[in-house]
Amino acid sequence: MGFTGVVMAIHTLAVLVENSPGVLARVASLFSRRGYNIDSLAVGPTENPKVSRMTIVLNLEGHALDQVSAQLFKLVNVIGISEMKDSDSLKREILLVKVANNAANKEIAGKHKAVISDETASTISIEAVGQSSDIEALLADLKPNEIRELVQSGLVALERGASTLADRTLSTMGTANESDPNSSTADYQN
Amino acid sequence: MNGAQSLINALEAAGVDVMFGIPGGAILPAYDPIFDSKIRHILVRHEQGAGHAATGYAQATGRVGVCIATSGPGATNLVTPLADAQMDSVPIVAITGQVPSAAIGTDAFQEADIRGVTMPVTKHNYLITDPADIPRAIAEAFHIASTGRPGAVLVDIAKDALQKETTFNYPKTVSLAGYNPVVEPKQSAVLDAAALIAQSKKPVLYVGGGVIKANAAKELMQLAEITGVPVVTTLMARGAFPDSHKQHLGMPGMHGTVAAVTALQKADLLITLGARFDDRVTGKLSTFAPKAKIIHADIDPAEIGKNRHADVALVGDLKNILRALNPATKAALAKSAPDLTPWLNEVYGWRSKFPLGYDKPSDGSVSPQNVIERIGKISGPDTIFTAGVGQHQMWASQFIGYEKPRTWLNSGGLGTMGYAVPAAMGAKVGAPDTTVWAIDGDGCFQMTNQELVTCAINNIPIKVAVINNESLGMVRQWQTLFYNQRYSNTDLHSKRIPDFKLLAEAMGCVGLRCERPEDVDKTIEAAMEINDRPVVVDFNVHRDAMVWPMVAAGTSNDDITVARSMAPVWDSQEL
Repeated sequence: MGFTGVVMAIHTLAVLVENSPGVLARVASLFSRRGYNIDSLAVGPTENPKVSRMTIVLNLEGHALDQVSAQLFKLVNVIGISEMKDSDSLKREILLVKVANNAANKEIAGKHKAVISDETASTISIEAVGQSSDIEALLADLKPNEIRELVQSGLVALERGASTLADRTLSTMGTANESDPNSSTADYQN
Repeated sequence: MNGAQSLINALEAAGVDVMFGIPGGAILPAYDPIFDSKIRHILVRHEQGAGHAATGYAQATGRVGVCIATSGPGATNLVTPLADAQMDSVPIVAITGQVPSAAIGTDAFQEADIRGVTMPVTKHNYLITDPADIPRAIAEAFHIASTGRPGAVLVDIAKDALQKETTFNYPKTVSLAGYNPVVEPKQSAVLDAAALIAQSKKPVLYVGGGVIKANAAKELMQLAEITGVPVVTTLMARGAFPDSHKQHLGMPGMHGTVAAVTALQKADLLITLGARFDDRVTGKLSTFAPKAKIIHADIDPAEIGKNRHADVALVGDLKNILRALNPATKAALAKSAPDLTPWLNEVYGWRSKFPLGYDKPSDGSVSPQNVIERIGKISGPDTIFTAGVGQHQMWASQFIGYEKPRTWLNSGGLGTMGYAVPAAMGAKVGAPDTTVWAIDGDGCFQMTNQELVTCAINNIPIKVAVINNESLGMVRQWQTLFYNQRYSNTDLHSKRIPDFKLLAEAMGCVGLRCERPEDVDKTIEAAMEINDRPVVVDFNVHRDAMVWPMVAAGTSNDDITVARSMAPVWDSQEL
């Protein structure tokens, strides 16, 4: 693919897939065998019970986004793919972190507008929802030696504005966008 | 009816006329209605044979090949042919039995997660546990296997789904939300390609197996004749363009002709049709065709730019692409046509200066290249040839003249030793009136020759030439060149054991042997006379013969070595 301008290694793809057995394994197997690195992957139901949506954050060092999208689109169960760019999408992650129960940690939670969802004599569990940078900022304030346990969801992303990926996927049925050598973006719909 | 009957009805509705397989516990319910079906079932001796036979059938006929096996080991024995067919974009459908749905996941007897196992080596696959899903899955499997970029599809069916009562309802059309291959190229890209062709002074038509898959040989011929551009045909495309045509430079790649390899290297434009810039063609990718712009036409958008940047991408069915490109190119050339004469003089000069050739062994033994060349000449261009993998495969691609598509079947992508005999069986079943020769090596032959029993019993009279150099010849060649003649584990001793002539006879075939150069023609002619049984000819050949020219793996095509009589000094040991 043509590398036009700066090649960014981290990309977020929203992938609509048929809600069928094995589809997650197909996607994971594809990334594994072609050597693409997944930073995070979140999958869940959508407004359409027949369709699931994956949000995949990829580190594509050495691989072209168009090629990855084209390979992904070859999977029969993949209905549509769109790159979620920072500029035109909402991106959120969830953090749950168990830390020592003390004033300093409570203050940090308050400073980051996070919620204390569970409390014991010795621990509090902080729940935060936000952009990756928000989560990173909260984590940076917590002392590593006080973190007992930490879990993060993968990132989920939604396009800003009125248009939906599903709308475009259905409206362009049968006109899959062939890989355009002059384009460095990926947007595949059936 | 039960699910098994529904399966067989669905296969009949899909147009299946023959399938290759072996029954077993989990698939057994399906074999009962097979007994009454109009579908011819050929009982093979190993599931791998069933898979390659389906592939040979599909490659020879252009139709979907079908194989069937039971769960567990029956299914895992199909993995190699599925991977093989998928790599070479051959449409096959494999049906496997699975343990009853309640037992799935319990490590039951003969249980293997074949859907999981074959996920990376199939175009798509299914696990069916509800009999109502069987007709739809079969219809989808045939649709997916045969459209877009063809490939392998597996349908795994739980035993209880075959046994349960159901109703048969075969879908009239298949609609898959995530599968709608683009078949018509963008007109703007067609015009861009035509303009590029009309500007270039050193163009080459780089033709791959996709031209054969798309049945576009006639359209390719038109483009070649409209433009006068020289043609190279890859290992998978041999026969897509007649070898006898004056514009044909032969095969490119690791063992390609000097003219084909060098033309690609010096070209200013590659008109790439259904080819995928495989490492065996490009050599070291960064030095491949350094000055060439690339027009890349393929049905699979993921091939565009996978290995080499495309200046113009034409995504679609090659027949449609060429039907659009040919008039557009003609129009563009009518406005301005560069003079290709200097380029043509150059490439045709390489062709006459560096023809393919071989030396007769000085010890009076039989030359393997000569055997293969003579089989091609005596049997003629209507013959279907299959090959295993190795030296004999390269010689069969080099020294047999191919004039028509679907006359050269081999395992190009996966490089599956043992492909030749079962693929020849499948090809002969698909084209019973055509002479089918399997050009095999003694190593390959020992992997799958059991299917000669199948051929003998089922009246499938193929011909097999065992090019017996009593070694794993290509590996031995690399040991000669890169491992200081240390022949570790490549000596098969197969001039003594087994006795291929006796082995052939034991399997119900005619066994012939040829040990002297002067007997080559008459042995081939004797084999040509036998049409009521399979025939196997053990050609005892010179073991030190090597495949030339050669571009060592991982090196640049600029470093092609022409040597024919002596090994050059190599400094690369890269595998």
